[in-house]
Amino acid sequence: MTTAPARPASPTAEKAIEIFQSLIPPVICSSATLLLWQLLCSGADSKMPGPIKVVSQTVGTITGGFSETGIWMQLLNSLTRVGIGYVAAAILGIAIGVTIGVNKFLRDGFDPLIQILRTVPPLAWLPISTILFLQTPKPAENAGIFLIFITAIWPIIINTAVGVQQIPKDYTNVAKVLKLSGKDFLLSILIPSTVPYIFTGLRIGIGLAWLAIVAAEMLSTGAGGIGAYIWNEYTSMLDDSISKIILAVFSVGLVGLVLDRIVGWLGSLVVAE
Amino acid sequence: MQTLTSPIEVTEKTMDKPFLVIDQVSKVYPTKTGDYIVLDGIDLSVKEGEFVCVIGHSGCGKSTLLDMVSGFNTPTSGQVLLNGKAITKPGPDRMVVFQNYCLLPWKTVYENVHLAVSSVFPEKSKAEQDEIVRSNLHMVGLDEAIDKKPGQISGGMKQRVSIARALSIRPEILILDEPFGALDAITKEELQEELLDIWEEHRITVMMITHDIDEALFLCDRLVMMSNGPSAKIGEILDIPFDRPRDRAVVMEDPRYIKLRNQALDFLYNRFAHHED
Repeated sequence: MTTAPARPASPTAEKAIEIFQSLIPPVICSSATLLLWQLLCSGADSKMPGPIKVVSQTVGTITGGFSETGIWMQLLNSLTRVGIGYVAAAILGIAIGVTIGVNKFLRDGFDPLIQILRTVPPLAWLPISTILFLQTPKPAENAGIFLIFITAIWPIIINTAVGVQQIPKDYTNVAKVLKLSGKDFLLSILIPSTVPYIFTGLRIGIGLAWLAIVAAEMLSTGAGGIGAYIWNEYTSMLDDSISKIILAVFSVGLVGLVLDRIVGWLGSLVVAE
Repeated sequence: MQTLTSPIEVTEKTMDKPFLVIDQVSKVYPTKTGDYIVLDGIDLSVKEGEFVCVIGHSGCGKSTLLDMVSGFNTPTSGQVLLNGKAITKPGPDRMVVFQNYCLLPWKTVYENVHLAVSSVFPEKSKAEQDEIVRSNLHMVGLDEAIDKKPGQISGGMKQRVSIARALSIRPEILILDEPFGALDAITKEELQEELLDIWEEHRITVMMITHDIDEALFLCDRLVMMSNGPSAKIGEILDIPFDRPRDRAVVMEDPRYIKLRNQALDFLYNRFAHHED
């Protein structure tokens, strides 16, 4: 902005400078946080390890994380569960959302139920889903998947239904005057104009799903996953446990961010017009 | 006025019988403080191949009237008949060119027109449908923009797509709701001329709403002027006698043009002046 017009930088160089400049504030603030953390935890009797100790104590955990009980495999376990539960929630949620979006009777009929169920905290579903899948081969695993499903589906249903109702009159008028068939209306008008709303729901859903899985895995026994990993470290409480927990917590946050950005990015691809 | 019959009436006697009949149409909306009468006993018949413009101040119910022809609205009393059949809902035989184009932004120009063609002519082969889409887009001069999305083209081009889409399904009557209202003056004149060329070629029945007296005088055979609402009626109908095909310069130099224009102005701004309240 303050560059002299006499020597215009090339577009790539300008872009590089822009990226570099955007990195300065986060780098400074993160460093300050780490420094403060290090200072607060540097006392000899401090129960919490400082960042330097965390890194030095978890090098082995990071490099050996791909063994069967390693941190990365457990993270992958959790991701797989979220993947299955979330995809099921997305498919069913969009289908139900479209159905109640186009049908006033069903919309009015199911609205109270949906409004109640959507506010239920994910963990409140855990006993029910555990009982529900008690007789299946992998009860803890399936209960976790169901928990993800039941947590993620509500925002997807609600946003899809709202999107269907928000279809601009311009488009429905075109459909009416052309007497579009149900299939043409669905594919040419309803889905494309509802997609932005669907992705809002999907994005809220993935956030909730990831929140839920960690908590669920902490509570259910024998399920594995990153939540169980954290809980195991907590109960064993060895010398390096807290460092491992901090690493795991940080990884959970990072994965959550990546999941959110992936769904957001997919949305921008589809919605880009 | 009847001495100056339009060429259609001379050449095709069969077209004298009314094609679109608006018969004693009223529209009343009940409100808490009593009935709100939008339209009060509208009578109008339009011959096949006729170009009719409807003009009036905003709020005079002309859009409501048009909606009853397209089928988006129904009369409280009276009826609208096309070819003797009562209009009850929208259909492709009365295709609408909307003021705000109503193109689907996620479809290309080609796909927007193709959706209409494949929906109205599902029995036609893929090649036939493709030919209809391309020829109609060619007619409005959009060969180059065929693969563009509505967001990438100008307002004038969008309205051309909308006109091509409407004509591609061969409606019995073409309904235009202030189609050029959002366009700049030059584009507007271009599109008026194109619309007139297309009309000369197809002699399709047209009913068009406009705010623009000059546009109406240049385009139509009859100009329907509506009184102000509520309880709007047809105030006066002007026969527009200029020879076809019309040339804007010739029409505007015609002494009758000034006379008709003054008559319309007098109607709209003296007898039915619109008072903002």
